[in-house]
Amino acid sequence: MRLVPEPSIERAGDKPRQSFERLARAELARLYAIARRLAGDEAEDAVQECLVKAFERFDQLDDLDAGPAWLARILVNCCHDRGRARSGRPREIAFEEVDDFSLYRKIALEDPYPYSDSLHLDFLGGFGREDVREVLLRLPDLYRIPLVLVYMYGFPTKEAARILDAPLGTVLARLHRGRKLFERQMWDYAEETGLLEEGATR
Amino acid sequence: MIGCKEAVRHLWEYLDETVGDADREALEEHLSRCRRCCAELEFAEEMRRFLSESSREEIPPDVMARLDETLEGLGER
Repeated sequence: MRLVPEPSIERAGDKPRQSFERLARAELARLYAIARRLAGDEAEDAVQECLVKAFERFDQLDDLDAGPAWLARILVNCCHDRGRARSGRPREIAFEEVDDFSLYRKIALEDPYPYSDSLHLDFLGGFGREDVREVLLRLPDLYRIPLVLVYMYGFPTKEAARILDAPLGTVLARLHRGRKLFERQMWDYAEETGLLEEGATR
Repeated sequence: MIGCKEAVRHLWEYLDETVGDADREALEEHLSRCRRCCAELEFAEEMRRFLSESSREEIPPDVMARLDETLEGLGER
């Protein structure tokens, strides 16, 4: 039996501004973390912009339970616009080589740590949080955004489809390719930055 | 019956529970007789855990202070 009621974002007598602030504060950590993975060093600006835009449109949100996904949607658009505005293009990726890439098989084949009993776990263990962020930032938005929403921040695929305003099938296809791209870029990153050599000498 | 290439393509969808019934049955049949794909499935699970655990991020205090200011200033402009 629950003796203490669930904390609710909406409280009787709340003014819209207070309701918004409560929602925003409850979601702030997640919004910032998502922004770090989508907009890199521009995360703070993206979250600021998201908060201002969301507050301006707060009267359009009918159901406060949908608030977290609604905020995520606004943030994703802010991050995406920033990505478009940046002059640099993501590195070229040969998709035809990526679709059948398997990081599992690549690690087994290349055997970077010959003395290890847990080759695959050792490979993953070499990556710090910053390394993962760097790898993610190499992916085009189209694939990075669903990957981050679903696998890092636990949005169900249907909710991710609503956030991205795309059909579910499209999001599932992007997730598939996004995973392959991420695996491929993890391997390339490990080779380029010397993570493989570091792991081999541990 | 499906081969390893086809099986591997569906491993994450299988874990996500977004794979269709026919593909799921074919995959489970394949997994029952292929140790390598079972190991690849375990790795896919590790990858999911790895991604989820890489998601944590503290808001630095100076950033938090500025976001606080933004929130407190909303509606005053």
